[in-house]
Amino acid sequence: MGEAAQPVPATDERVKEISGLRKALIRPELGGMVGTVAVFTFFLLFAFDSGMFNSQGMMNWSIVSAQFMIIAVGACLLMIAGEFDLSVGSMIGFAGMMIAIFSVTYGWPVWMAIMVTFVLCTAIGGLNGYIVIRTGLPSFIVTLAFLFILRGFTIFLPQLIERKTIIGGIKDVAEGDWLAPVFGGKILGGLFTWMGDNGLIATFTRGTREGQPVVDGIPMLIIWAIALIIFGHVLLTKTKFGNWIFASGGDAEAARNSGVPVNKVKILMFMFTAFCATVFAVCQVMEFGSAGADRGLLKEFEAIIAVVIGGALLTGGYGSVLGAALGALIFGVVQQGLFFAGVESSLFRVFLGVILLGAVILNTYIRRIITGER
Amino acid sequence: MTTEHAPIIQMKDIQKHFGSVIALAGVSVDVFPGECHCLLGDNGAGKSTFIKTMSGVHKPTHGEILFEGQEMHFADPRDAISAGIATVHQHLAMIPLMSVSRNFFMGNEPVKSVGPLKLFDHDYANKVTMEEMRKMGINLRGPDQAVGTLSGGERQTVAIARAVHFGAKVLILDEPTSALGVRQTANVLATIDKVRKQGIAVVFITHNVRHAMAVGDRFTVLNRGQTLGTAQRGQITPEELQDLMAGGQEMVKLEGSLGGTV
Repeated sequence: MGEAAQPVPATDERVKEISGLRKALIRPELGGMVGTVAVFTFFLLFAFDSGMFNSQGMMNWSIVSAQFMIIAVGACLLMIAGEFDLSVGSMIGFAGMMIAIFSVTYGWPVWMAIMVTFVLCTAIGGLNGYIVIRTGLPSFIVTLAFLFILRGFTIFLPQLIERKTIIGGIKDVAEGDWLAPVFGGKILGGLFTWMGDNGLIATFTRGTREGQPVVDGIPMLIIWAIALIIFGHVLLTKTKFGNWIFASGGDAEAARNSGVPVNKVKILMFMFTAFCATVFAVCQVMEFGSAGADRGLLKEFEAIIAVVIGGALLTGGYGSVLGAALGALIFGVVQQGLFFAGVESSLFRVFLGVILLGAVILNTYIRRIITGER
Repeated sequence: MTTEHAPIIQMKDIQKHFGSVIALAGVSVDVFPGECHCLLGDNGAGKSTFIKTMSGVHKPTHGEILFEGQEMHFADPRDAISAGIATVHQHLAMIPLMSVSRNFFMGNEPVKSVGPLKLFDHDYANKVTMEEMRKMGINLRGPDQAVGTLSGGERQTVAIARAVHFGAKVLILDEPTSALGVRQTANVLATIDKVRKQGIAVVFITHNVRHAMAVGDRFTVLNRGQTLGTAQRGQITPEELQDLMAGGQEMVKLEGSLGGTV
């Protein structure tokens, strides 16, 4: 910055030199980084032989983590902007069901079903935000209402139309569609075939797919996760709009005084959260080939937990998309890792509760360091 | 005073009624470039209503506002800000969790183009923030230091520096010293002095006569929604100002019993 020529400014004797450790502590990603290292160390030590780290195992927890990441990015930006969305899980179920109804029941082309669903769900997200802004009610209550409203429709509509709660047959109608593979396809198949041929990854040893690699490409789900993380991170830290997100969540009134369009920012973030939920839903529907009324249950809490583990403050104004992504990774690795390690799966919930509590306490402490509160 | 004797802002016979309550009953004040105009008054005297009218938050019920000689009708604070009237609120326009540089440019972020993208120009923002802070006598640890770690006086100074940087011609300070300690108050008063010397008109609201006397060029006292006139520096003693603010007689008795310490 060309400061070398300046006389060294006198330091304020009342401001203690902060140590490198404390400086690192106030990076929101820190908790996520430490957690990620800890989790991988743990499973490398205790579950290395379980198949968790061969190609199939890695793909398994990568997919689960990527699912968490997709919804965590939306939840993260919304939380930094000072709001919550508890309707994410219901939105996932609703979006999936809408695609199934449009494409299977009504026979629309799949690309059109996907696009209309995106528009519809993002608009519902916008409605969430609009109600929160207009009424001044806590987003907790408004989105809790939508949790029930959307879930109710997700159960009611397929029963009304098809007399069942699961609509299948999406794989068949998606055959040859140009947009469906963007969510349900796989890429880099050639690379994996090459790796299989050269013995780098396992191949099937018998059956019709003999010689083909066990993992035959990277699912688009993972590509979406990475793309959304990069988008969210750049938006938050590198753009004007990102500054507005921080400001809206940090102190909406102060932000308004400075000319930040707080209402617009918050509504857009509700819409983005709904968009992320829809991405999740489309990928899931394309993978399973069906939509079920119970899809996405509890996902809103999992997204929020990932974001909090990633260092964001529940009160808004502070957090990181990269942190949230690491939180989602921890979440996915532990959930699948305990399965690989043969631990009773109910214990995962115990772990989740403990790590959530730990993360929130750590975040509160970090907040005090940053703001100098006591 | 560097006034060319054309007031930058003239408030003529401003009245403001809220329902049946008359908050301002015809107040006239002129503010000149480069002066520090102190607006004094006890709680409920109408100071806040008056500056909110000046900064576009309220529309006057009666009376006119001339800005640089032209009549203005501010629809909202944004209008007033773009005309060059900036207000620094007591609590405040700073966000503690955000860095000084992010706060400084909040709502006015500089952008640079990187390919098709328009990105927040952090290098420029950091450089300008450090420079402006140094001019105001605050040595930051770094532009990424959170505002939460600054003292109340330093936060006021950041807010003032920001308003000046973005082209304020009239700077309204709403009780900037009321919650501060002695040294911090001195810092803020010194900042006001620097700003005034740049030719910016400062409207300094306070109910502390000593703070007003320290930097004020002219003093207007409000009492119960009315102005009791504007006095030049040197034409009025602190005691007289105090009396005017309190509305006259009772204060004399009170002060007698307190030995002139108020």
